[in-house]
Amino acid sequence: MKKEDLPQDPGALDKFTREVCYVKNDDGKYETALSKGWDVKKQALDSAWEEVNERVEEARKAVANGEKSPVYYFMELRLMDLPVLSGYTGIFPFFIKRHFKPSVFKGLSERKLEKYARAFDITVDELKNFKG
Amino acid sequence: MNIDSQTDEFHHVQTAHCENGVTTALLRYHGLDFMTEPLAFGMGSGLFYIQIPFLTVNNGPAISFRTMPGAIFKRTCKSLGVEVTRKKFSNPAAAEAFLDKKVKEGVPVGCQVGVFHLTYFPKEYRFHFNAHNLIVFGEENGRYLVSDPVMEDVTSLSKEELSRVRFAQGPLAPKGHIYFPEKIKPITGDMIRKGIVTGIRRNVRDMLSIPGNFAGVNGIRHTSNHVRKWRDKLGLRKASLYLGQIVRMQEEIGTGGGGFRFLYGAFLEEAAAYLQDDRVANVSEDFTKAGDMWRASAIKMSGVYKGRLTEQKDFEEIADMMLEIRQVEKEAFQKLSSLKLGK
Repeated sequence: MKKEDLPQDPGALDKFTREVCYVKNDDGKYETALSKGWDVKKQALDSAWEEVNERVEEARKAVANGEKSPVYYFMELRLMDLPVLSGYTGIFPFFIKRHFKPSVFKGLSERKLEKYARAFDITVDELKNFKG
Repeated sequence: MNIDSQTDEFHHVQTAHCENGVTTALLRYHGLDFMTEPLAFGMGSGLFYIQIPFLTVNNGPAISFRTMPGAIFKRTCKSLGVEVTRKKFSNPAAAEAFLDKKVKEGVPVGCQVGVFHLTYFPKEYRFHFNAHNLIVFGEENGRYLVSDPVMEDVTSLSKEELSRVRFAQGPLAPKGHIYFPEKIKPITGDMIRKGIVTGIRRNVRDMLSIPGNFAGVNGIRHTSNHVRKWRDKLGLRKASLYLGQIVRMQEEIGTGGGGFRFLYGAFLEEAAAYLQDDRVANVSEDFTKAGDMWRASAIKMSGVYKGRLTEQKDFEEIADMMLEIRQVEKEAFQKLSSLKLGK
């Protein structure tokens, strides 16, 4: 990539930092240059977030319809999957899956609820009272 | 402590990739002023390609354009005869106590962190990715001074914030991983040349003769075969998200563009100067070409996830582009191999 071809399309990094890229200068030698971003990858990131937001919205509906427990919704909201949530809570994935059921969730001990709340960065009340 | 070549002040270095940056900045701090990001990357045999089978990351294919996290620092230090101390912890309090001790001694240290809770990152970039690296080089008003190589400037984190990212959970959980060079012997030009040659040869081996069909240059063909089937198998929507994931792994911050290929080209250019060997500089051009081709394929892929290209023939074209890239990279590494460097 030539230095003058380095894209400067402002993206999510705009107010945060510019990134180092390796480009060819006029003498055909490599040097570093700073880029604000590139539309091609910005759109890849945007579409990844669209997908995340859709998953969260579906999870919210599932809670509202009484199909899933709030644990499922907040897992999606925090971009987690079973292994990650299991890491933060110390609860095995097999049990987490059970806790997705509203009927099982209702009977959860205060201690388990606290573990989930801490992993999701919310209070136990917020977790318990989330209705979708 | 046995650091003969210690310099006083730590200097922040901004680099394309975090691990190269930490390696470069820490080694420079210890007096190895010749160290640059491309050199660290090449000596550590950083270039790679792999599509890890059966694994999905953020609901997409697990593809990497570089070697395993941690390998670059380890290999580069080893080839320069630099002794490294590394520690992991099960207890966050012990991890913090050890870090505080090092900060008090005035030793900058590398820390592996997760980015999800990294407060100074923009929200858009905060996924559960646990192999980010930064340097802690001091403390001021109860906050750690942090040099994050992808940032233009230094920043800071509170004790709670740092402890949280050092104990991020999930795949590649850092477990408070902390590392720093311990003993540094005087480095001769000969050692640098030897390190470069070892790095290149190891990279040739990784890309050309790693067993299995999903890693090295053959890994590119493996993904290419997948791309052909994605549209029918996953549906257009999911297939385009998968392509988006490839583009992000290839072009996002930390790669230097073109899936690290430009970075490797820059390394070979520097290597040619050290080795006084123009043949190496010529191969550098091949990697520039490969990087440009990766970027061209990214533009094509973006047509799919922007919704402009929807036909199976577009997926076929992308797959064909990847096969061409494979050929270019394969020939480039074969050239490097046939130079018989160091023999």
